[in-house]
Amino acid sequence: MALWTLFGLARGRASSAWPEGDAQAAGQHGVQGMPLVTAQTCAESCAACVAACPTDALRRVELPAAADAVPRHGIALDYGRCIACQRCVEVCPGGTLQASEDWALGTRTRADLQFDPQAAPAPLDGTALALQNAIARRFRHSLHIRHVDAGSCNGCESELQALMNPFYNLHRLGIFFTASPRAADLLLVTGTVTEPMRAPLRAAWEAMPEPKWVMAMGACAISGGMAREGYAGGSGLQELIPVDVYLPGCAPNPAAIMHALLLLLGRSEQHLHGGRSDG
Amino acid sequence: MSNMLVLHLRATDVPGNIENLLVQGGRMQMVYASSVDGRIEACYLAAPGAGKPFELWRVAVPPGGLPSMAAHVPLLGWYEREMQDLSGVGVLDHPEPYALVIERGTDPAPFFAAMDDGHYPAPHVLPEVEGDDVQELDFGPIRADVFESGQFRFFYIGERILRYHPRLFLKHRGMEKRFQGLVPDAAVVLAERVSGVGALAHALAFCQAIEDAAGIEAPPRARVWRSVLAEMERLYNHLHYLGVLADATTLKVGQAEGRLLEEQAKQLTARVCGHRLPMNVLRPGGLRRDLALPSDFVAHLGKLESASLRYLDQLEVTSSFLDRLHTTGSLPRQVAFDQGATGPVERASDLDRDLRRDHPYAAYAEHAPDVALHKDGDAYARYRVRGAELRASFVLLRHLLAHLAPGPVLAPCAVPADSIGLGWAESPRGSVYYVVHTDASGRLARVKIKSPSYSNWRVFPYTVHGTNMMDYAINEASFGSTIAGCDR
Repeated sequence: MALWTLFGLARGRASSAWPEGDAQAAGQHGVQGMPLVTAQTCAESCAACVAACPTDALRRVELPAAADAVPRHGIALDYGRCIACQRCVEVCPGGTLQASEDWALGTRTRADLQFDPQAAPAPLDGTALALQNAIARRFRHSLHIRHVDAGSCNGCESELQALMNPFYNLHRLGIFFTASPRAADLLLVTGTVTEPMRAPLRAAWEAMPEPKWVMAMGACAISGGMAREGYAGGSGLQELIPVDVYLPGCAPNPAAIMHALLLLLGRSEQHLHGGRSDG
Repeated sequence: MSNMLVLHLRATDVPGNIENLLVQGGRMQMVYASSVDGRIEACYLAAPGAGKPFELWRVAVPPGGLPSMAAHVPLLGWYEREMQDLSGVGVLDHPEPYALVIERGTDPAPFFAAMDDGHYPAPHVLPEVEGDDVQELDFGPIRADVFESGQFRFFYIGERILRYHPRLFLKHRGMEKRFQGLVPDAAVVLAERVSGVGALAHALAFCQAIEDAAGIEAPPRARVWRSVLAEMERLYNHLHYLGVLADATTLKVGQAEGRLLEEQAKQLTARVCGHRLPMNVLRPGGLRRDLALPSDFVAHLGKLESASLRYLDQLEVTSSFLDRLHTTGSLPRQVAFDQGATGPVERASDLDRDLRRDHPYAAYAEHAPDVALHKDGDAYARYRVRGAELRASFVLLRHLLAHLAPGPVLAPCAVPADSIGLGWAESPRGSVYYVVHTDASGRLARVKIKSPSYSNWRVFPYTVHGTNMMDYAINEASFGSTIAGCDR
């Protein structure tokens, strides 16, 4: 064993400083982000992106006619359904949909994942935020997570397991995975929630002591993802258990997961409000 | 369509054809149900051997049901039960006649609900073991740490496991049915999400099946990129495997090193294709977009290679690690063949098969891998084979990257109506096959997926019965199967 101790020591420090440090520290160089809707109006009769979207994350919305009385429409985008497959960006003829490098898009409400060209984002509810932060401060220094796979493709697990590697080294932030739901503060759910996994998921949630939180990780857990509403079940956590943090993506990368966990603890800022990223 | 011959057989011809195939050194791959003009037919995929075309035997299901072949070809047992559960095909005289994938009772089968009149409900039976002092342990479906969901039932006395029964398919998402009605281009993202850690291999097998149906081939540059990404996927998966195996033997620094190297492989993958788990890259006909090789990519890959080789060397001299692997979870060659083991698991039991060499695709005809084999069939052999494959992947990547000539990355790929195609890939966990059937409008009518973890989970219990509790976690890690890939 002494050999391995030396081996490890000789390796030096491998951990990133993320969320501190520059973009390099996140380790996500080159990673595609979520698409952005850049302009409000699209070419008449074009719905190429809506047809191309495999998860119905996009829909056409009619906009009020302008002075020339020509009817117009725009595109609404639900990041809670988006799997960032980039198909909409590829088929968009007018450049309305653009690729981005935005991936740290965890939010505290489902509504914040929904972009609508007409609706301005709701103003922040200061009282709710203050209350959430007050609760969050109780866990400020430590968070214990019980993960439940409720029907994933294993992509989310692969990225969750990566949090424990020396690069992200989640423990340095005081965040740990725990075996027992009775010792957990947060239930972190991945997968579309298949019929046979509903009861075990519910049992894990009920076994957790109050106060408890739930995080829906990935498009599957938020909305059902690619496997939604099939014969095998699956529309995510909707109407099943209350969710405190939504993390869109497919699969969300480890830095994005850390951002969402820290958001829950009041230790990071939410970037997405009403479907609009503040960069 | 040149990847396989399609033969129309009667159900009574199947046993004789199977006999011939086995005598000539071939192997059955799977059987699934499809529908033609309102009738259900069973489609058997047979692999006559290296270099020979695959065969699809299409058999009209006789009234009353299909005779089970599981007693002759055990690996077909799960496929037959799945046909019964999902397609409502009655299977006669099955040695294990109970439900496998879903328990639908007398509800119509999801695939052919409209035309299914018999429904063939399968009883829900779990094998019971009774006797003085026999204890029963149900483990899962939610397990400690970050794991996929699956339930495992042990009947044991003290340390000794008498009988082991995994209860899988709790995560069954009905992915194959999701393909129905999609245009092939749109279905690639679905194939990528069947098994996230095999995204590239699944997308590749699917795209090649579509290309087979269309009778086209991807351009050379696209084929080299496909092999590059497939080997990048193998790198991060095998490094992950080594880290998990080190963890199972409580070698903590070894675990950390494996996971760190896996992370570096994922980051390199993202730099070259935009996704850590190489998704959103392939499309029938080639690639969705041309990729550029970052200027420092080869240098980073070289560093990862030397660190990986140092890591493998260090594991190989760690007796506490090796002691736990030798003789653990022994899988004899014959059992591996009969039950359908694939990938590193079968090669560790001395079955010399690798689709990259035996049926080259992408750029593997020009760049064939060295195929690693081992005779012992235990956890040590499985670890050695994966280690050797990791080394071989680095060598292969260097060759591939040196042959990345400029050129187009997409060929026109028009899929004919009412066509069939077969595609395959050797994923990090073994063989992936996709058979695609298109309808009158060229959309997908039926897509059947043969995934490696489905094969290897079928095999795994044979290495657990009669062993001891202490070795279980190490044995499971030494298989390195995913549950999503199995459950689909």
